[in-house]
Amino acid sequence: MENYTLVVLTLAATIRVATPLVLAAIAGMFSERAGVIALGLEGMMLGAAFAAAAVSAVSGSAWLGLGAGMAASVALALLIGFATVTHRGNQVIAAMAINIMIAGLGPTLGLAWFGLGGQTPQLEGAGQRFTALAWPGVEAARAHPFPGLLYAELLSGQNLIVYLAALLVPLSAWVLYRTRFGLRLRAVGENPLAVDTAGISVTGLRYQALAICGALAGVAGTYLSTAASAGFSRDMTAGKGYLALAALIFGKWKPYPTLGACLLFAFTDAVAAQLQGRSLPFVGVVPVQFIIALPYVLTVLLLAGFVGKAVAPAAIGVPYSKEK
Amino acid sequence: MLDEGGAAVPAPPALELRNIDKRFGAVHANRAVSFAAARGSIHGLIGENGAGKSTLMNIVYGFHRADDGEILVDGRRVDIGSPQDAIAAGIGMVHQHFMLVENFTVLENVVLGVEGGALLRGGLDRARGELEKLARDYGLEVPLDTVVAELPVGLQQRVEILKALYRRAEILILDEPTAVLTPQEAEQLFRMLRLLRDQGKTVVLVTHKLREIMAVTDRVTVMRQGAVVGEVATGTTSPRELAEKMVGRAVLLRVEKGPARPGETLLSVRDLEVRDRFDVARVRGVSFELRAGEIVGVAGVSGNGQSELLEALAGIRMPSRGGIILGGRDLVREQLDPRRRRALGLAHVPEDRLRMGVVTGFSAEDNTILGYHDRAAYNRGLLLNRPAIHAECEREMAAHDVRPALPGLRIAAFSGGNQQKLVLAREIDVDPRVLLIGQPTRGVDIGAIEFIHKKLIALRDAGKALLIVSVELEEILGLADRILVMNAGEIVGEVARADATEEKLGLMMAGVKGEGHA
Amino acid sequence: MNAPAKLPRWAELGLLPLVNLAAALLLSGVIVKVLGESPWAALKLLASGSLGSEENIGYTLYYATNFMFTGLAVAVAYHAGLFNIGGEGQAYVGGLGVGLVALWLGGRAPFLVVLPVAILGGAVFGAAWAFIPAWLQARRGSHIVITTIMFNFIGSALMTYLLVNVLIKPGQQSPETREFGATAFMPAASDLLAKAGIDFSPSPLNLAFVVALGAGALVWVLVWRTRWGYALRVAGQNQAAAVYAGISPPRIIVQSMLLSGALAGCLALNELMGSQHRILIDFPGGAGFVGIAVALMGRNHPAGIFLSAVLFGALAQGGSQLSFDMPKINRDMVVVIQGLVILFCGALENVMRAPLAAVFARLAGRREAEG
Repeated sequence: MENYTLVVLTLAATIRVATPLVLAAIAGMFSERAGVIALGLEGMMLGAAFAAAAVSAVSGSAWLGLGAGMAASVALALLIGFATVTHRGNQVIAAMAINIMIAGLGPTLGLAWFGLGGQTPQLEGAGQRFTALAWPGVEAARAHPFPGLLYAELLSGQNLIVYLAALLVPLSAWVLYRTRFGLRLRAVGENPLAVDTAGISVTGLRYQALAICGALAGVAGTYLSTAASAGFSRDMTAGKGYLALAALIFGKWKPYPTLGACLLFAFTDAVAAQLQGRSLPFVGVVPVQFIIALPYVLTVLLLAGFVGKAVAPAAIGVPYSKEK
Repeated sequence: MLDEGGAAVPAPPALELRNIDKRFGAVHANRAVSFAAARGSIHGLIGENGAGKSTLMNIVYGFHRADDGEILVDGRRVDIGSPQDAIAAGIGMVHQHFMLVENFTVLENVVLGVEGGALLRGGLDRARGELEKLARDYGLEVPLDTVVAELPVGLQQRVEILKALYRRAEILILDEPTAVLTPQEAEQLFRMLRLLRDQGKTVVLVTHKLREIMAVTDRVTVMRQGAVVGEVATGTTSPRELAEKMVGRAVLLRVEKGPARPGETLLSVRDLEVRDRFDVARVRGVSFELRAGEIVGVAGVSGNGQSELLEALAGIRMPSRGGIILGGRDLVREQLDPRRRRALGLAHVPEDRLRMGVVTGFSAEDNTILGYHDRAAYNRGLLLNRPAIHAECEREMAAHDVRPALPGLRIAAFSGGNQQKLVLAREIDVDPRVLLIGQPTRGVDIGAIEFIHKKLIALRDAGKALLIVSVELEEILGLADRILVMNAGEIVGEVARADATEEKLGLMMAGVKGEGHA
Repeated sequence: MNAPAKLPRWAELGLLPLVNLAAALLLSGVIVKVLGESPWAALKLLASGSLGSEENIGYTLYYATNFMFTGLAVAVAYHAGLFNIGGEGQAYVGGLGVGLVALWLGGRAPFLVVLPVAILGGAVFGAAWAFIPAWLQARRGSHIVITTIMFNFIGSALMTYLLVNVLIKPGQQSPETREFGATAFMPAASDLLAKAGIDFSPSPLNLAFVVALGAGALVWVLVWRTRWGYALRVAGQNQAAAVYAGISPPRIIVQSMLLSGALAGCLALNELMGSQHRILIDFPGGAGFVGIAVALMGRNHPAGIFLSAVLFGALAQGGSQLSFDMPKINRDMVVVIQGLVILFCGALENVMRAPLAAVFARLAGRREAEG
């Protein structure tokens, strides 16, 4: 019984950890499918996390925060577009510039606006955060551990953004494979010349893809500062943008496998969190640093072990020009 | 013509260009070009590499914008600023390098850009019906649900034509369409083009091959150095006249050479198999010998394993089976890399010069040591011997008439012909015994072609063994003493030059096995 | 062809980076304004804070030393066609090598023995930390940008673990090692200059500055004057041509990353042996990332890297001054400026090129018309 509860709670934690990863990875999918490397996810998320927390703190509305987070992230995505699509700058450098700049800008603005040493104020008021939604009959369901606890802890008790992320995966698969936009998106990442000669604007498509990427990464960042925690803190993305990118690569740039990769990351993380402070046979107490490093090690292992055969969108990272 | 009565005004040309002018920086690519193609005709546009043909057609298709001049379709002025405008004006183009998304199906490729709605399903169904009709009308059968990458090039070209027709193109431009086809496939393409013409479409055929112009066009416009130098009805001209117009002087259409005197075997290839990164065999069981004092040509439609064969011989790809024996040593068993093969006297001029043969960001002199940078002559102790490298580059430039003779100039600033001379100079300067040459004159102007061909024959007469891979059948026929024909990774036949005709080679290139080879 | 607009060589190498830098600083000024401070006053504070006194100049060059090591590390990888974002982790783990040597030999062996062994220690540990991402890129095709970033995080966790659980000085709260023995201290610049009879105010500037200059010279010779460097540049610019020439790109990837990691690993010579005299948490302090900006700004050439390292050193030192005197600005502002410099000198480098080229073309045209 205790083990069962533990499993359910671990799964619930998995969902919470997976949510920003899924949002960010799907965001990255739109960017990379269009041929733009999504290394900027980290900066977009961090920027959104700051903007959302700051606006929510000032306005008292998590929804306004979400809007601000998405707006900030879209602006960063479009800046990357300006550098790499319009001016054919190096995509990796553009993304790293954004990531580094935002890493400094959040704390700078936090200090200047709130005087809080690089943070935003704690979000304590009602409506400043996205909190768990309780579904009907949760209390009654808890009385029956199976399946009641699953219902209470997994289906119910999540915040709105979690449900949004869950819906996003089938929705993005539908867009990618069933719509005109999806067809063009997939084409422009493979052979932009073919798209251009078909009379479609490569630049326009890539900007659209980046805007979608920015919007979704904005939701992911908003989740970090207004749902998973109560405010912005320095470097709070802690590499989640890169992990999402790794999940996307491991998921071969397809929505459902990418979801699977995100869940794998999150599950590992949730299990590792359970291990913290416990004494294991033969190993002893697991050092906390090991648990912190685990997702990064996992990323390296996944990229090393399996991705050798994954075929990326052919035109990724290459600025488009009409001449070869 | 009964102009005044108004009964029969002559129909305006389907496509007319007036005084098109275009510069790229210092290069004047098109100089006041005027051109007209009549409705229901096949109009040829011929000229050397760099004559400005492709630029002109890219302007018509909206890929570039002309600095000056105008475009008229059916006598009406049109403003074409993008391919979309061109498509709307009824212009379709089949590019030399296909504009297909390789991992899409044929159907998806055709509808891309004209999907007919925000959701795919309805549009795809409608397109399927229409394409089946087009296929019947023009004999353009293509499996619609096959992924394009899995189609042979001939069929990929059909997909390109279907794309244009599906967009209701009335004017169809084809840029060097036969480069990837066997002579027989080319003949089939020409039949299709005549059919299109007879249905009232206008076809513009851009090519540098005189034979094609003579075979299929009604009229022909000749370009040289960015300008139109003549327009004639095809029936009233001759290949020689066209060639002289193209080049601006009398040209030798044949390379002059004496008989070969083959000596000892220098290179022998046994049962070679090469697989690509997807583990598909691209070269299957190839065996042949190469002797001193002869030129062996490898003919074949591009993509039939010639490139992989050449790269395997040069050490760029490791074969999965077989042997390459040079000077008594098996290069495959010893797994020698290109550098060590060079040390054994095997030099290589690669097929794609810019992709492989030079580093475009480097100066000419830095490219002089590519592949030879660890030779003692270029080093002094731990450091590169800069003065020696500079002097060597100067010497090679003088010996091969490279212009401008500036070793410090970036290689990208030289013309294709001068780049190729530099690469050739680098490879023959070390006095190799065996020389592998891919596409000796691709992207090279006629003057340099003559120079390079003479050089290759001089090398043969000096007792070197030369293996030449070229998709230009004329070049193979002009240079080779013995011809190997490749199809689908196999050598399907070997022909002595004296017995070779284009028709015979064409059949073999299409996979019909020739005689004289086990 | 729509080739990138052409500029005279001096403008390409000198003027364009300056114009881009000016744009980045201008935007930084706008941000300072938004924060509610005067950009002009901030600039004056930056200048006086970094160059206003001998001590401040010493600090500026001290920071510049760190950035030279990490900038050179980025540049070497860049010439091999690789983007090494792992300088931070390589410097951190390299510091372990330097620190272990200093803890072991400091006080036991004379400085002239400690120094080469410490350089070796830093280089080996830094190279080792770069080796795994390099090998994974070369043999497994793992994206080196992502793996080096991951190795920054992993390196940070590893070093925290070691400092908290293994290397910590017994009976102490903060996770630091004991102080090195005195013979593992880098001689301070003020002391060295005093011996030469030159009076220079005390600052953390130390002999590592000279080591960094030496590293720059070494990189120049290796990359531009040896056959290995030639092979490196061929592989970096055109992999197909490298294979054609018999140069093995995977081997170049590994070798160049080893050198890159080794250079980053030497940062601790300055930071630990020169100033802190112990290993402590997060001592690279972002210098690995500054290296990216330094290399881009310095056009990946040692001379340019020296100049831009000094510039970023001034920014780092002036930035501390700024955060003292302007309550609304902290040192994170310097990180913002670094990001902007990377943006303008790296990603947006083409934006300014075309207008500049147009100016030059018009000037040339006028000269022709007059002549």
